[in-house]
Amino acid sequence: MSIFINKNTRIITQGITGKTGQFHTEKCQEYANGKECFVAGVNPKKAGESIFNIPIYASVKEAAAETGATVSVIYVPPPGAAAAIWEAVEADLDLAICITEGIPVRDMLILRNKMKEKEAKGGKKTLLLGPNCPGLITPDEVKIGIMPGHIHRKGRIGVVSRSGTLTYEAVGQLTEIGLGQSSAVGIGGDPINGLKHIDVMKAFNDDPDTDAVIMIGEIGGPDEAEAAMWCKDNMKKPIVGFIAGVTAPAGKRMGHAGALISGGADTADAKLEIMEACGFTVTRNPSEMAKLLKALL
Amino acid sequence: MKIHEYQGKQLLKKFGVTVPRGIHCTTVDDAVKAAETLGGKVWVVKAQIHAGGRGKGGGVKVATSLEKVREYASQILGMQLITHQTGPEGQKVRHLLIEEGADIQHEYYVAALTDRATQSVAMMASYEGGMDIEEVAHKTPEKIVKVFINPLLGLTDAQALELAKGMGMLESSIPQCIDTLKKLYTCYMETDASLAEINPLIHEGDGTVKAIDAKFNFDSNALYRQEEIVAMRDLDEEDADEIEASKFDLAYISLDGNIGCLVNGAGLAMATMDTIKLFGAEPANFLDVGGGATTEKVTEAFKIMLKNTKVKGILVNIFGGIMKCDTIAAGVVAAAKETRLSVPLVVRMKGTNEDLGKQILKDSGLPIISADSMAEAATKIVAAVK
Repeated sequence: MSIFINKNTRIITQGITGKTGQFHTEKCQEYANGKECFVAGVNPKKAGESIFNIPIYASVKEAAAETGATVSVIYVPPPGAAAAIWEAVEADLDLAICITEGIPVRDMLILRNKMKEKEAKGGKKTLLLGPNCPGLITPDEVKIGIMPGHIHRKGRIGVVSRSGTLTYEAVGQLTEIGLGQSSAVGIGGDPINGLKHIDVMKAFNDDPDTDAVIMIGEIGGPDEAEAAMWCKDNMKKPIVGFIAGVTAPAGKRMGHAGALISGGADTADAKLEIMEACGFTVTRNPSEMAKLLKALL
Repeated sequence: MKIHEYQGKQLLKKFGVTVPRGIHCTTVDDAVKAAETLGGKVWVVKAQIHAGGRGKGGGVKVATSLEKVREYASQILGMQLITHQTGPEGQKVRHLLIEEGADIQHEYYVAALTDRATQSVAMMASYEGGMDIEEVAHKTPEKIVKVFINPLLGLTDAQALELAKGMGMLESSIPQCIDTLKKLYTCYMETDASLAEINPLIHEGDGTVKAIDAKFNFDSNALYRQEEIVAMRDLDEEDADEIEASKFDLAYISLDGNIGCLVNGAGLAMATMDTIKLFGAEPANFLDVGGGATTEKVTEAFKIMLKNTKVKGILVNIFGGIMKCDTIAAGVVAAAKETRLSVPLVVRMKGTNEDLGKQILKDSGLPIISADSMAEAATKIVAAVK
């Protein structure tokens, strides 16, 4: 098993005809069962055409109805990306994965509240991964996103991170010492996003084929601390934790009052401390994430 | 992106918030003329720099005659204003705001910002305005009242009333205060702000509610649709190297250490900086070359890092995914040659075409030190600069 996606997942690509969408769709198709998994593209202007033998539909709803796809991956450029996510939500998909970087925060604020409102009214809940994320992969089954497939190996370790290349770093280390991955998930670096560390940790906890998890975080926001508190009481599997940004200058990105809401819990040191107190094996040396995890098994 | 106070007040005014009458100027003569135009007997001469804490640093003076306006304007214009936000070197004052005096009866605090935890806009207010709000939050958090605004509903009447009462606004001024809060919220949303702060918001003797200061930050992702805001950008207030880097789509922040680092991906870049520190040195910069680095981009990245004379060594850490290691290696070699690199260079490469990349570095004939892990790379560069 795995979390969120496997070889039976059927996927729609929104923004399939753009340069980025084309490039990555081809790579995803080449990986494992990609040819069977990627079944539809969306572009209202090119409906009826096809690209890489993938039929293009006018809307997500139509693509889902015709192909039975339940997941979509979005490469639509920033000005239209939030609307593209909303289209996937309105089509009642299970999961929308938004790769796009640079979506205005206000668009995401409005979108997330619309998604919550839909759920509150009894509508189907669509999970959102990202935006500004590398996507997710279940090795040897399916890859949805922009990560390099060849560094992964099938196995029983879960990886979750906000950062793309830092996810690859953890995966690379694991593969190198002979530990494969059940799934590797990049939740993205944007302040207003969908799935958070806690959601992915819950999924890994429930997955019988995941034995242990590497959780990687960054400075800013309360997500890692929230996940750590949940894990303390619920997580049945060992976790190695790392937070990037011990050396990041304070206040460089956050405004004057930005730190006010979450207090001092934004720093890497504060997060590492909370994670350690919640039973994580934390490290300040990102080169030893996999080695530490191996010692826990 | 940040703007000056006078620009922030123009925005507030546009959205209907009452602000003092004021005139922006850049010379002493214009400052005096501005005071004459405004009339009255009291004027405030305010230094315009992007950092806060201007008053304490001597950048805000109250003048009671035109001679005093001239005197203060000459003192402030061109000074290196040092505040707790500028760093020890301070920031040169190039702009002034001349304002009519205000009849300040009490100073309150109001701010709007995006709250990631609740995925809403947080608006907060306090009776303790005019001072450092972080100190208030730290020492007396109960004196700050907060509401979380669902952007689908906007700031509701009940929430606005809660804020106005919570901040202890003068009873008779509550209606105008509510109106001000709503306009501030609209301004925040429509300009794609990430922070809008009025500190202080005051009430005057006749009950008028006025914004005496204005501080804004804007979401850089939304600038493409905010022409008016982009036009307010003042490059003099920003780090020259960071601006240069942004032209090449490089994210660069200069730091205090002596080891330059060039990395792909923000998270890996921070992790690399952390590793350098862990092994006993300090990073000279944060530099993310992003996903699509070309030889030209890598060369520019080297040039920007090397402008910093503190740099005694460079660490390149690349995890090749979409970006192939051989492309980066070719870029590194070209950059090292073009910049006639004279400091030690450690390169760590992983991922796509790793072996090809390492071969290119080896064949270059340059004294490039190779490393397999981040820890090894950091150990080697730290040893090389000592």
